[in-house]
Amino acid sequence: MMTAMLDPTLPAEYEDLRKAVEAFAREEVAPVIGDYYERHAFPYPIVAAMGRMGLFGLPFPSEYGGMDGDYFALCIALEELARVDSSVAITLEAGVSLGSMPVYRFGTDEQKEYWLTDLCKGERLAAFGLTEPGGGSDAGAVNTRAGNVGDSWVINGSKSFITNSGTDITSLITVMAVTARDDDGRAELSCVLVPSGTPGLTVEPGYSKVGWCASDTHGLVFDNCRVPQENLLGERGRGYAQFLRTLDEGRIAIAALATGLAQGCVDECVRYVKERSAFGHKIGEYQAIQFKIADMEARAHSSRLAWRHAAGLLLAGKPFKKEAAIAKLAASEAAMASAREAAQIFGGYGFMNEFPVGRFYRDAKILEIGEGTSEVQRLLIARSLNLV
Amino acid sequence: MKIVVLVKQVPDTAADKRLDPDTLAVDRGAVDGLINEMDEFAVEEALQLVEKHGGEVTVVSMGPDDATDAYKKALQMGADKAVFLSDPALAGSDALATSEALAKVLGTLEYDLVILGSEASDARTSLVPALLAERLGLPQLTFASKVEVDGSAIRVNRLTDYGHDVVEAALPAVVSVVEKINEPRYPSFKGIMAAKKKPVEALDLAGLGLDAGSVGWAGSRSKVLDATVAPPRAKGTIVTDEGNGGSELVGFLASKKFV
Repeated sequence: MMTAMLDPTLPAEYEDLRKAVEAFAREEVAPVIGDYYERHAFPYPIVAAMGRMGLFGLPFPSEYGGMDGDYFALCIALEELARVDSSVAITLEAGVSLGSMPVYRFGTDEQKEYWLTDLCKGERLAAFGLTEPGGGSDAGAVNTRAGNVGDSWVINGSKSFITNSGTDITSLITVMAVTARDDDGRAELSCVLVPSGTPGLTVEPGYSKVGWCASDTHGLVFDNCRVPQENLLGERGRGYAQFLRTLDEGRIAIAALATGLAQGCVDECVRYVKERSAFGHKIGEYQAIQFKIADMEARAHSSRLAWRHAAGLLLAGKPFKKEAAIAKLAASEAAMASAREAAQIFGGYGFMNEFPVGRFYRDAKILEIGEGTSEVQRLLIARSLNLV
Repeated sequence: MKIVVLVKQVPDTAADKRLDPDTLAVDRGAVDGLINEMDEFAVEEALQLVEKHGGEVTVVSMGPDDATDAYKKALQMGADKAVFLSDPALAGSDALATSEALAKVLGTLEYDLVILGSEASDARTSLVPALLAERLGLPQLTFASKVEVDGSAIRVNRLTDYGHDVVEAALPAVVSVVEKINEPRYPSFKGIMAAKKKPVEALDLAGLGLDAGSVGWAGSRSKVLDATVAPPRAKGTIVTDEGNGGSELVGFLASKKFV
């Protein structure tokens, strides 16, 4: 992918994947997603179709049922889905990047074989439980405890805003928990695999969200939730390091998703301004409208370059922390700005849920918050500059 | 079983198409080409039959030398190999000439079944399946909405205005399918990667042993003499309800065979 910096065209296989997902989003998602969104319902048939298409297996090897692709391919798919709808895009992002990827990267052979095959097919979904009621950006402030009792881990505590944690097909929730404290009270963090339906795990009713209304998000409560000793994911005490890597990659994925939303705003507006008339002209003839759409296009394009650059570094095995933060910051703020302008161009219709731009407006805000707020991204960028 | 699927590259139906003023044929250079939508159903049906009965799927396509997207899409969906017939002398072939060239290609292949879409979205003649079956001397089972293979017999539901007929034949046979038949799969990334390594046999008229005079503009029996822009749609019929609105509506629907 490093050649992408010199050759701005996508390699043929990525372009063909992009076209396939574009067609899927247009034909299978766009006609029906508004209804799921209105009802705050999880679109099981769409997720199953995404599974059949192999989207949940994109970055994983075929020995686990994956597609032998990479993280770049995943991001291509996320951008194309989010051009049409962010709920299905975040379901894929969280399922792969947060759910399956830690198991693939840190799991034992047995754990990988046991969990990944169904997850790669999209027949089951996995979630990652990090955020707690009292700690968002302060992600290391984990209070959930996993005590080592006999041959089990006994988990107590609660988690907030956990995507994919409560669907009918959720099989696994990876939970970050304190497994010990040293004499100074510093926490030793580890990740523990908790199968859905484990006694002592309560999945709270779904949140009433402003956006992403067709995705699945719950709070979780662990009350003496007991899982076997061997459900530890990777090395004990390495939980913090594991999730830092997971979040760095996840930022590129969210940047790709945000780019898709920004591009979706352009798509919708280009169509609309050629149909809608005001004061005797199509509104696309007015420069005030043209400039708004030109800005939207420029933002989408810049966002795309930013995430592709960060993903290119990731694939090349080079450091990408700063570039991922820049991509996430730029793309999510681009999405928010473009959604606001798209809704403005649509006028009253932009305030209606049945119009895609109404959904885009509601879906954009969370992009500046989830997987690292814009402030956290600025913190990471500033830190990379050695200002003090 | 060995299945051959015929696919055609057509101009994107969503794009604004125009006719080349000199030839009165669609200007294919002006818009993106892609696989004829109905042919995706043919590919899917072939893949499903092979998944059930074993065998292999060969995709055959004919077109200008850059019209490679159609057979590539079929390979990405899961077809095993492709044969691509391209020759400048093929330009302008009507359905009759096309069927001659395709029959010649099929003569070089082994197959138990030939599947194709029941029409292409560009010319929409629906002639090629029947012409091809005739040239090959094979049973034709057209407009199939369901296909079942049992040993050396094939049975299809043939879509009609009122429902379907059940038609049976012995293999080998030529089947054309309609959109009702299945839901074509989207290519997966693994399929896309695998397609790059699948064999594609490139043929031209000389390689096929076909005389250039029997195909293309020279060999076509039908000519487009003139073309005009379609007039805007006429006004609809307004039924005023004077107590008989219901029966008027039903009468209208019945006359159009909707009820």
